[in-house]
Amino acid sequence: MNKLIVSTSPHLYKKESVSKIMWMVAASLIPAGAAGVFIFGSSALWVIILGVLSALAAEALIQALTKRKITLLDGSAFITGLLLAYNLPPGVPFWLPIVGSCFAIAIGKQVFGGLGQNIFNPALVGRVFLMASWPKYMTTFTVPMNYDAVTAATPLALLKEGKLIEKISYLNLFLGNRGGCIGEVCIVALALGALFLFIKGYISWHIPFTYILTTGIFTYVFGPKGLFTGDWLFHISSGGLILGAFFMATDYVTSPLTGKGQIIFGVGCGVLTAVIRLWGGYPEGVSYAILMMNAATPIIDRYTRNRIYGTR
Amino acid sequence: MKKLIPEFLKGLIKENPTFVLALGLCPTLAVSVTVVNGIGMGIAATFVLLGSNIMVSLIKNFIPERIRIPCFIVIIATFVTITELFMKAYSPALDRALGIYVPLIVVNCIVLGRAEAFAQKGKVLNSIFDALGMGVGFTLALILISGIREFLGSGKILGATLIKGFEPVFMIGMPSGALLVIGLLLGFFNLLKSRKEKACK
Repeated sequence: MNKLIVSTSPHLYKKESVSKIMWMVAASLIPAGAAGVFIFGSSALWVIILGVLSALAAEALIQALTKRKITLLDGSAFITGLLLAYNLPPGVPFWLPIVGSCFAIAIGKQVFGGLGQNIFNPALVGRVFLMASWPKYMTTFTVPMNYDAVTAATPLALLKEGKLIEKISYLNLFLGNRGGCIGEVCIVALALGALFLFIKGYISWHIPFTYILTTGIFTYVFGPKGLFTGDWLFHISSGGLILGAFFMATDYVTSPLTGKGQIIFGVGCGVLTAVIRLWGGYPEGVSYAILMMNAATPIIDRYTRNRIYGTR
Repeated sequence: MKKLIPEFLKGLIKENPTFVLALGLCPTLAVSVTVVNGIGMGIAATFVLLGSNIMVSLIKNFIPERIRIPCFIVIIATFVTITELFMKAYSPALDRALGIYVPLIVVNCIVLGRAEAFAQKGKVLNSIFDALGMGVGFTLALILISGIREFLGSGKILGATLIKGFEPVFMIGMPSGALLVIGLLLGFFNLLKSRKEKACK
């Protein structure tokens, strides 16, 4: 009769494990990557492969050096490398994803003690590091559906410089026929992956929807020709907003635990993104907005703690 | 002399002001962009440290206990003013590069810390060696940090390009890079220390 298991609450049992969820998220990112490769050609595929492989190598190397258990199979390093590669322009030199992935894993994650301990989303740490270090490569985008290396600016960069004369049609924005980072351009593919995660229940509506809604409302209200004239659909469908809102702001480790906290998190991300896009120095602000709200997550968690059942 | 050498040596590694005592981090973060700046700041701080340590240990018996901190600050500020005017006169380029951080040596906690913890209790000769050790330790730490930052941030050491085709990591030259490099170095030295302690056991 040694079958009595003594454990602390909660006693709910779910078949999900961290690594299963991680691999499911990775699977849900496949359509967006495939679309990116289709749009930008084989150079995009190389960036993705190098990003993922070097993230895995960095994780294994650090865990071996610090004599901890090597946890490559939990999929978290895989996702970090994948998301970092999705956040890079397709034509970057081969060493850029490698350096970025190593930095993301080493400084973004392992320095804090590994999975579950990191304050900031590791992939975004890597991206912002690359952006601050080699802005030249990080802002050189190639023309979509043209496999020769012709450079083009992103719609948001054109908007910032006031050069968006010929409007890009919404259809092209949704299909991803525009300049941009590998994984962020094809909104249809991203939505497909996000839908899968919703059905599976791996992400909730709280962060992505409040994030996108807030950015939309904010950019509509503070339009270029006075209040309530903004092109909100353009702002939602360009840049990395969809990728960021569904796949990076929802990172379990670095976002608040409760629904109420997640709504605050989403609204904060939305406001910061819109502010950076409209008045900041950079054309795009998704990664900075998410990182800033990552920093605020512990405070949000502290003030949105659920009431313990039975107390006032 | 036998007692004086350890007073000097302890500042270099065992009680290194930057990596072990973690004092004076503000100027370290701010000026460690190039090696030249690092050496200049190190020498300036060493001079102030030496002057203030000598003065404090000379007049320690006349300073009332309750107002010792203001007294120390006046002494330190005197030497900082000398340093600043000297630097302005003979090395205006370095003065421009270091900027506000030269006058800010007044509040550098290494200087005040040594006055408070050592010079006001010790003999003059001991204080001189303590100041020199701490000053050299601070300078070495600055050279290490600024060397790493100058090489990674601009691909150069003392203004000379080392590797052709190296793409400098701009971020290391920015303030965030300073925090990152110092944090990693502090972690590294703590690791060495804990290894040593384990080995002793």
